[in-house]
Amino acid sequence: MDLLGPYGSDHSSRQEVIRLERVSKVYRTGAFEVAALRDVDLTIHDGEFVAIAGPSGSGKSTLMHILGCLDVPTAGRYYLAGEDVSTMTEDDLAAVRNRRIGFVFQQFNLLPSLTALRNVELPLAYSGAPRHERHERAVRALGRVGLADRLEHRPGELSGGQQQRVAVARALVTEPALILADEPTGNLDSVSTRDVLGLLQDLHDSGRTVVLITHEHDVASAAGRVVNMLDGRVHQDADTVEVWTR
Amino acid sequence: MNWLDTVKTGLDAIRSHRLRSGLTMLGILIGIAAVILTVGLGEGAQAQVRDQINSLGTNLLVVSPGSVTSGGIRGGFGSANTLTKADADALGSKMVAPDVAQVAPSTQSQGTLTVGSSNWTTSVVGTTPPWAAVRARKIDSGRFLTADDENTAAAVVVLGPTTSQQLFGAENPVGQTVTLNNVPLQVVGVLQSSGSSSGTANNDDTAVVPYSTAAQRLFGGNARTSVNAIYLSASSSGTLSAAYQEVQNELLNLHHITNSNNADFTITTQESLLTTANSVNKTLTVLLGGIAGISLLVGGIGVMNIMLVSVTERVREIGLRKALGARPRVIRRQFLVEASVLGLAGGILGALIGMIGSGVLPNFINSPVTLSPTATVGAIVIAIAIGLAFGVYPASRAARLAPIDALRTE
Repeated sequence: MDLLGPYGSDHSSRQEVIRLERVSKVYRTGAFEVAALRDVDLTIHDGEFVAIAGPSGSGKSTLMHILGCLDVPTAGRYYLAGEDVSTMTEDDLAAVRNRRIGFVFQQFNLLPSLTALRNVELPLAYSGAPRHERHERAVRALGRVGLADRLEHRPGELSGGQQQRVAVARALVTEPALILADEPTGNLDSVSTRDVLGLLQDLHDSGRTVVLITHEHDVASAAGRVVNMLDGRVHQDADTVEVWTR
Repeated sequence: MNWLDTVKTGLDAIRSHRLRSGLTMLGILIGIAAVILTVGLGEGAQAQVRDQINSLGTNLLVVSPGSVTSGGIRGGFGSANTLTKADADALGSKMVAPDVAQVAPSTQSQGTLTVGSSNWTTSVVGTTPPWAAVRARKIDSGRFLTADDENTAAAVVVLGPTTSQQLFGAENPVGQTVTLNNVPLQVVGVLQSSGSSSGTANNDDTAVVPYSTAAQRLFGGNARTSVNAIYLSASSSGTLSAAYQEVQNELLNLHHITNSNNADFTITTQESLLTTANSVNKTLTVLLGGIAGISLLVGGIGVMNIMLVSVTERVREIGLRKALGARPRVIRRQFLVEASVLGLAGGILGALIGMIGSGVLPNFINSPVTLSPTATVGAIVIAIAIGLAFGVYPASRAARLAPIDALRTE
């Protein structure tokens, strides 16, 4: 069994950020059992830009939740940056989410009562960073997404694209090993979509590992590698989107 | 996340739901204000009773004639004239009762005073000069009875302010003559108002004559030797119980009674009066305080209710915070801080309203309100405790939410 996937050999010298070994997830709703993931093996290396694509019901959201340590697999092992997170306690998972993962959600999920700056500071607050350091790093992260002049704006005073850029700043402020974007462009117009994808591309170019979950082909095509999910399995794993759209 | 951040987050949440937070605080506020006011009313009433009882005389002991057993039949309280002037004289001895400062035997009877064509029926008290000191009475004009009056059974009288008012109106009665049982008595003084009444008797409606005059010239019969009461003052509040013992022993001795259970007299101290009065007040305070406590409980349930609504409404926010790395403990703490801030704010506002109320209320109802610092601080502490106690359940519910379920909620 090739645990490293089709591109494993190319990246064998690089560090593994994600390794899933025969990961399954079964949801129980009353008498029904729904297998959302069946024996998924997946390895993502440091610095990759991977799109996880597939129609709704393919298990890509469940995969994203497990990758983001928001949910634990029913079976199998998940190593994030070398740590086995499939058996961690909730406190440890919280710490892992805080240090290793930056989330970007479809709904932005900014806290409306906080300014952009304080929204970005939030993960640092949970990691216990001192106040001045929090402020500095949040300002730098907002500068990086081009919102240096919007620090004191509340989410309600920002456009959708700007809000998502605040969310990206929040995702990268902790310098995580993995940036996990769940349909980040689902609520955005085409201009803002290009904007946010460009931003993710920049992050990738600067050496970050980005995993993008989407059902849109042109969004997936921004990534260097596309993992196509179908019926809870990895259906196809290729280096361009053309492979599966054809 | 440190405490400052947690508190700041809690305050933000409270501020962003002003109406709801305000209504929740109102519940606590009313409860706390009610507790402070009822405790204040209770303490005010106790202080008032204490003052009234103290106005009867400080360190006062009252010996009243008690039941007497004759032929196997026990008479009721006051059924016998068992106290005599001789008893009082004996208690006045420093040898017998070193802790008794002053003794005033008193014989009392209704009598009709006449001045010209007007008359007034009042309580006539025959007593000795120490009476004024023992009963803490002061003279408004003229003088009180003297030892000379007593020795010579002088035909003099000191009027209570009400009696004087009834007989002489605004006129100064000193030097005038009133007639009692056909004996003309010269008014030598007027008492100051005592400002209180004990039971049904008005302390200001009285006429005081020397004991000898009362016994020999006015009342006659039993009143010649027996007294209605002996008023004594202990030398200090510390020697009150010692004085009590001395008086009891001496009287038992004089009356040839070996078992104090068969005593034919009763000694009442200020303390026992206070205890009786306070126990009534305490019952009331406990009752009112209980009702106020229930309203606090209702307020606390209000806090819990609101916190649960808050948890449900903010499932997304909680999910996001958890996704960003908030531990369950941190989420729980955030909600507990919110609940206790609601409790604290309600408590402080309630204490303020209670304080204002205790200043304003006595103007509307005729009873004093004593603001108790202990009750006020206690009430605020209780308010925080209520916030915390009723916040625990919603907070742990919030902490247990799975981040994924929370984020999925639209």
